[in-house]
Amino acid sequence: MIEVKNLSKSYGSKLAVDNISFTANESEILGFLGPNGAGKSTTMNMLTGYLSSSGGEALINGIDVLEDPVGAKKNIGYLPEQPPLYLDMTVSEYLNFVYELKKCRLPRRSHLNEICSLVKITDVQKRVIRNLSKGYRQRVGVAQALVGNPSTLILDEPTVGLDPKQIIEIRTLIKKLGKNHTVILSSHILSEVQAVCDRIIVIDKGKLVANDTTENLSHNLSADHKLTVQIEGANKEVQALLKQIPDMVEVHMNREVEKNVFEYELNAKEGADVRREVFKRMAARNYPILLMRSSELTLEEIFLKLTTGDFYGNVENIGTGGAK
Amino acid sequence: MPAIMKREISSYFTSPLGYVFLAVFYGFSGLFLWINCLATGSAEVSGVFTLMFFIMMILIPVLTMRTMADDKRQKTDQLTLTSPVSLFGLVMGKFLAAFFVFFCAVLILLIYAVFMSAAVANSGSEFAWATFWGNFVGIILMGGVFISVGIFISNLTENQMIAAIGSIGANIVLCLFDIISNYIPNETVRGVINSLSVFYKYSEFTYGIFSLKNVLFFVSLIVIFNFLTMRFIERRRWS
Repeated sequence: MIEVKNLSKSYGSKLAVDNISFTANESEILGFLGPNGAGKSTTMNMLTGYLSSSGGEALINGIDVLEDPVGAKKNIGYLPEQPPLYLDMTVSEYLNFVYELKKCRLPRRSHLNEICSLVKITDVQKRVIRNLSKGYRQRVGVAQALVGNPSTLILDEPTVGLDPKQIIEIRTLIKKLGKNHTVILSSHILSEVQAVCDRIIVIDKGKLVANDTTENLSHNLSADHKLTVQIEGANKEVQALLKQIPDMVEVHMNREVEKNVFEYELNAKEGADVRREVFKRMAARNYPILLMRSSELTLEEIFLKLTTGDFYGNVENIGTGGAK
Repeated sequence: MPAIMKREISSYFTSPLGYVFLAVFYGFSGLFLWINCLATGSAEVSGVFTLMFFIMMILIPVLTMRTMADDKRQKTDQLTLTSPVSLFGLVMGKFLAAFFVFFCAVLILLIYAVFMSAAVANSGSEFAWATFWGNFVGIILMGGVFISVGIFISNLTENQMIAAIGSIGANIVLCLFDIISNYIPNETVRGVINSLSVFYKYSEFTYGIFSLKNVLFFVSLIVIFNFLTMRFIERRRWS
């Protein structure tokens, strides 16, 4: 379990992380999302005790990282952005070194073998890390974080440099680990965060702009429940019919897609679901609906909205003067 | 600490660095022994130790140049500094590993001495073991100082070459600044400079003078530089 309270970090006059607070519960995978330079890695470095904070506190399983660094670090497995590998060692030498470094007490051989098979590096154990490909190095980095079976895993962009098959393997592994670990995962690949994480934290310019479940994020941000529909039939009549639907706020004709097929943007009241009503009314008049999709925002759109400041303005935390 | 020390020692010997260090040390000590003693038939070993001082001044920075700098460059410090290891353990692990390699090098001098004493005994006189031990303790302490200075300088940069050259520079300043004392007319100032000069203290050992005062001086220097290394790592985290 990780608790972060009002954590800040300033480099000189530049505020890299500005008053961030969040909690990551046990058996939860928390996604850290943000553009490059948003403060993701800095936050992670503070959680692991690599950097000190300028203010606030970070607790790992209730232990303050600054007050009892050795005690807190025992509970953390950390994979930094660049895996911290000694290139002159073989994989098994390296993992044995990490085992000793972390003062592990688990049965050495079976524990290390288990980790190796988990991240699929058993066949390269005898090879020198310098000669391994980026994908393998990344997996050795993940293996290193797992040594000692720490209750908290902090993974900074764990799938960078892997091929699609390996990415899926690592994601499956992280999901599996998330069942009995606290996992914090940073990424700027949105689909990854969406696929793996239970909850997402969006950071921009050092500030927390969102902290919610994936579904809630996309749901809340598209609260006006917009629908896009394409209907075949006379434009005016269809528009009139649509406007009669209760809860409908606005109907806007976008364009004529094909001959006699028009695309409409429907804007219903917050929380109202008008999809069935649209179908029934069109069906009754025999106007075929060729397409209907909700304009619920994808994570990409949410991300852009949150991080470019081009957002409702009802989120107080948004950085000022973001580029539009 | 044992984990770090073990890894550092094995890394000295998986790369050519450790072997090169030992080879150069053995080579020069052998050469100096030949020039000073074997060629002239003298049993006075102090000259060897004086000359080795200058070799060590250049050679030990090569041994220590990558200790901290390479960790920073390869970002492996993110592993060591986020592991449940104290800063003291980290710095001492690195120090003791380098010291171990250095100690392996210095042992050759003991072997020379054993052969010398056998040769001297053959000719009917006695080998000056007291002088040798004074020299031997002196060179070990001196090596410790050079190593802790080297690790300290290595911690300031990511570049091994800069670390090596910087350490050589620091050693020269640290050891030879009593040269300038010759040009200072004021007796008291000259005394202060001489009392701070490492070479001045070291040469007392080479005369075979074993004084606790000098031992303490060297040990303090080792402690101070290792402490400074720890403080600078800590400072980097807080910057």
